[in-house]
This record gives sequence, structure tokens and C-alpha cells, in this order.
Amino acid sequence: MNFNALFSDFGGYTITGLTVGAIYALVALGYTLVYGVLRLINFAHSEVFIAGAFAAIWGWAALGLDRDSVASGFGSIMLYLLVGALIAAVASAGTATVVERVAYRPLRKRNAPPLAFLITAIGASIAIAEAFGIYTRRLPVGAPTIVKPDLVLFEVAGTEVTMVQVLVIVSALAMMVALDLFINRSRIGRGIRAVAQDQNTAALMGINKDRIILVVFIIGGVMAGVAGMLYDIRIGTLTYSVGFLLGLKAFTAAVLGGIGNLRGALVGGLLLGLVENYASALFGANWKDLVAFVVLVVLLMFRPTGLLGESLGRARA
Amino acid sequence: MGETVQKPTVPEQAGAPAVESTAKREPLLEVDHVTLRFGGVVALNDVNFTLYKGEILGLIGPNGAGKTTCFNAMTGIYQPSEGEIRFRGERITGKKKHHITKMGMARTFQNIRLFPEMTALENIQVGADAHHKTSVLSALFRLPRHRREERDGLEKAERLLEFVGIPHRMHDAARNLSYGEQRRLEIARALATDPVLLCLDEPAAGFNPAEKEELLQLIRKIRDQGITVLLIEHDMRLVMGVTDRIVVLEFGKKIADGLPAEVREDHRVIAAYLGVPDDDAA
Repeated sequence: MNFNALFSDFGGYTITGLTVGAIYALVALGYTLVYGVLRLINFAHSEVFIAGAFAAIWGWAALGLDRDSVASGFGSIMLYLLVGALIAAVASAGTATVVERVAYRPLRKRNAPPLAFLITAIGASIAIAEAFGIYTRRLPVGAPTIVKPDLVLFEVAGTEVTMVQVLVIVSALAMMVALDLFINRSRIGRGIRAVAQDQNTAALMGINKDRIILVVFIIGGVMAGVAGMLYDIRIGTLTYSVGFLLGLKAFTAAVLGGIGNLRGALVGGLLLGLVENYASALFGANWKDLVAFVVLVVLLMFRPTGLLGESLGRARA
Repeated sequence: MGETVQKPTVPEQAGAPAVESTAKREPLLEVDHVTLRFGGVVALNDVNFTLYKGEILGLIGPNGAGKTTCFNAMTGIYQPSEGEIRFRGERITGKKKHHITKMGMARTFQNIRLFPEMTALENIQVGADAHHKTSVLSALFRLPRHRREERDGLEKAERLLEFVGIPHRMHDAARNLSYGEQRRLEIARALATDPVLLCLDEPAAGFNPAEKEELLQLIRKIRDQGITVLLIEHDMRLVMGVTDRIVVLEFGKKIADGLPAEVREDHRVIAAYLGVPDDDAA
């Protein structure tokens, strides 16, 4: 174990871990929201993320930015970020809506067993990923440089923090706070919590269950879309197949924090990002996934419902 | 008092007790020759009665008589195998639950089904949300109309907590309320949907006599607000004390339908409740 590598740049590994974790957390929210309401793992959510990531790149391309372009000027950078986020959010929310309408709702109407949902979820996931794969000829697609990766914003205790890292962490946190307020304070949030606690009673209280479910898929999509754009900015290139592992890790993050629990998704995502990065310092980058999943297994042995426990309904009281 | 067995062709007249003049009364809920089967079990057998606007109707019968099944059919949870149920003249069979609620029917549950992790206030707000007209978008952007509805919903929820007598529990999670308070909260939540018809499924279950008396007063107060009440109960004394009319079920069949005083004297009802020697049963 290379403790030297870890401790010589502990701050750097920490900030990188938090950045990766913030993206996991945003994607994890989609798994957790859908699970909280439907008790269903939406395995196609990784492709909801991918759709947003591609949409942002193509959106920037439509604005005249190719893979070699470098955006400059604060105003235009902000504009590109906002437009990219908007396009990505719409594309992901749209994909999530289609998945719900095509893969899940018809089964729900027929009272299909949970296993059937699992199969259509995996089917939808593979179908969407393959569609992107064929369209991009399975080649990586380069993203323009919206924010320069080496732009250092400030330095804390000898650790340089880049603009990209701040952007990813701050926007992820802001979206989660907004979501938390929305779920706990708004009328629709109240409806979501009611459906999560007792679908039938909620329907008898006049709540349109199908609409609430759609809203949940859309919110999850918006979060995943923004995560997709942040991924483009951080990594700079996108391959159709990256959704699989990232989705799996986001799902892991959701389970780690307690699936169905919004704040758990945040905690789980950040924790997974940190563990992964510390592991890559200690054992080498090849080992990071192995260590991350071993940690998951061990943690679940001691806390089977995750760190913060399951429950979307209990978001407040 | 014997039951006429023939099937009339005009459903509106069916099941109406002879002693009452139905001319001035407006039917609100019509249970029209409803039969409900679960596999081979006949849970309801050709049940037929009408609930009129402004009355308190008791639906009674021994345990297992089909009261809750009937109730569930009336609130759209079960689909009748035969016959139909009309609410405000409209057929409710096959309608979605949230539509039926919006048509003005609200219910409570025999086994309390509040949203346990929400506060008392939020539970009622969920009910009040039923009639809000603003869309998802106007809620997202907090348009004035949405804000007004939210404020109205909050005021209504506070008023209803006061009405059922638990204003001090407003901010407590529903699961932390006492049993009696939970029952009251369920009634308040149902009232928040602005019902014309309130269906109470054994609201007095587990109550002591003092609590039952308070409940009777609450039910009368609800009726005085112009809300029709359907009360399922097997406590005869409670039903006799508050209802205008009573329908009695036994083994899924209606065995009596009339004023409390009449039903009390009906030998079939007495038999159903007390049991009679074989030679006495018709």
C-alpha cells in the first residue's frame, strides 16, 4: 500500500473524490427517487444520464463549438454552461419519460411481477446505449473545452482547486438543496411523499398517481442530465458505453446512503467518490473499482438499509 | 318489513323504504343490484339501496357481513361483478380513484391509513390539494394563483384541525398521535377534499363510551355542514343514536332497510345480531 502517494497529496485526492462523488450523487438521486415511489430499480437510468451527456455535446456543436473549441469570456462560458445544462436536462428528462411510458407504465397497468420490470429496465438500458453506440460508430465523442481543466481557482492548504471541480461540486450541491426543498416544501413534493408512503391512500385523497410517477422520472432525468453535462466538462470526451459503470456506481451510491433517501444519495455519492480516489492512491488506479465495491459489500453487512436508512416518505418528519 | 325479492326495472325506486316519501329527496349514491364475487365466494349478493343527499345512513351487519366490501365497491376500490354504482347520477365503476375523490366522495379507513411520516397538517394538506387547479409548471414557478391555493390549503387545514378538535397536534408526525387523534385526523383529511359524501368505516372502533359520544357529536356537526354521511359500524347503539336511516347486511345480502326504530324491531335483524333458535327463523 502506497501511503506516501495518498498523504503527499491528500487534499488533491479528496477534492477529486468529492468531484467524482458529486456526479455519482446527482445520478443516484434518479435511482433513489424512482425507488422511493415505485420500489423499482430503474436500470435504464444510466442511459438517461448518457442521453444528457450526448445532448450537451451536440447542443454545443449546434452553437458552433466542436471538440477543439475553447470557450472564453465569463459571459459566454456562463451562457454555454446554462444552454448545455438546459439541453442535457431536457434530453434526459425526455428519455426518462419515454422509458417510463414504454417500459414501465404498460407493465404497471397489467400488475406485472417485479421481475418483469427488471427485465424491461435492462432491455431499455441496453437498447438506448446501443442506439447511441451505433449512431456514434462506437467512437468517443470529444466535448469542447467550456471550462479550462487547468484553471486553478484557489488554493487550500497547499491543494489547488480547479474551476471545474468547484463548478461540479457547487452545482451538484445547489441542485440537491433545491430538490430537498422541493420535496419537503412544495405541493408536488407533498404528493410525492404521500405516494411513496401509501399509493392507494394517496389516490383516494385525489392524487393522480401516474402524474406523480411521471414527475419523479422527470426530476430524476433533470438531475442526470445536468450530471451528464458536468461529466462532459470534467472528462472532455464521451463514449456511449460509459453509462454502464457510472450508472452502477451511482446505484451503489444510492444503496450506500440508503435507497429511497434523498440525503442518503448525496452522502453515498460523495463517500463512494472519496473511497474510490483514496483507493486508487493506495493501491493504484486499477484497484479503485474493486475496493469501492468491497467497501459497499462490507458496509451493507453492518447497515443493510444503507447509511441513512431507506425512505423517501420520511424525508422530513 | 319483509324484503321484496322481485327485481324492479326502475332502479331509482328499488330499495326505497315505503314509509318515506322519496319525491323531495335527491339520490346521491345508488347501489344498483350489486353482486361482487371473489373467485367462488359471493361477497355481495344483489345488494340494492340508495343514499339520499343530506342524510346520515348507517350500513350495519355482523362481522363478515360484507360491509367493508360494499364500502370498497362504493368508493371504487372493487369493481362489482354485476350491477353498478352511481354517484351523483354518474356511474363510478371503472373510474380512477382520484377522479372519484374529485367528484366529491371521501372516506376513512377501518384500519387507520394516514401518511405516518407526515405531520398532521401535511396529511390534511394532501387532502386539500385534491381540488387545486394549478399545474406542475405554475407550482414550479410559484405563480400567484399557486401561492394563493397553498395559502388557502394551509388555512383550510388549520380550520379542519380545529373542527375535529386536535389543533394542538398540528406539527406532530401522524404516527406520534394517539389512536383517537389519528381517527380524528383521518376524518379531517377526508373533509379536506371537500366531499359531498363522507364515508366512515367503523370510526368508533376501539373507542370508549366517552370517545364514542364525542364522535357522534362530530358526525352530527359534519352533517350540519351539509355533508352526507355514510357510516359503517357494528356498534348498534352508536348507529341508532346518529343515523337517519339504516341498511342491514348479512352474508352479503341486504336484509333490512329503514328508519332506526323500524330496523331495531325487525326480527331478521335481531336474528342476525343475536342469533335465534332454529324454529324461530323464517
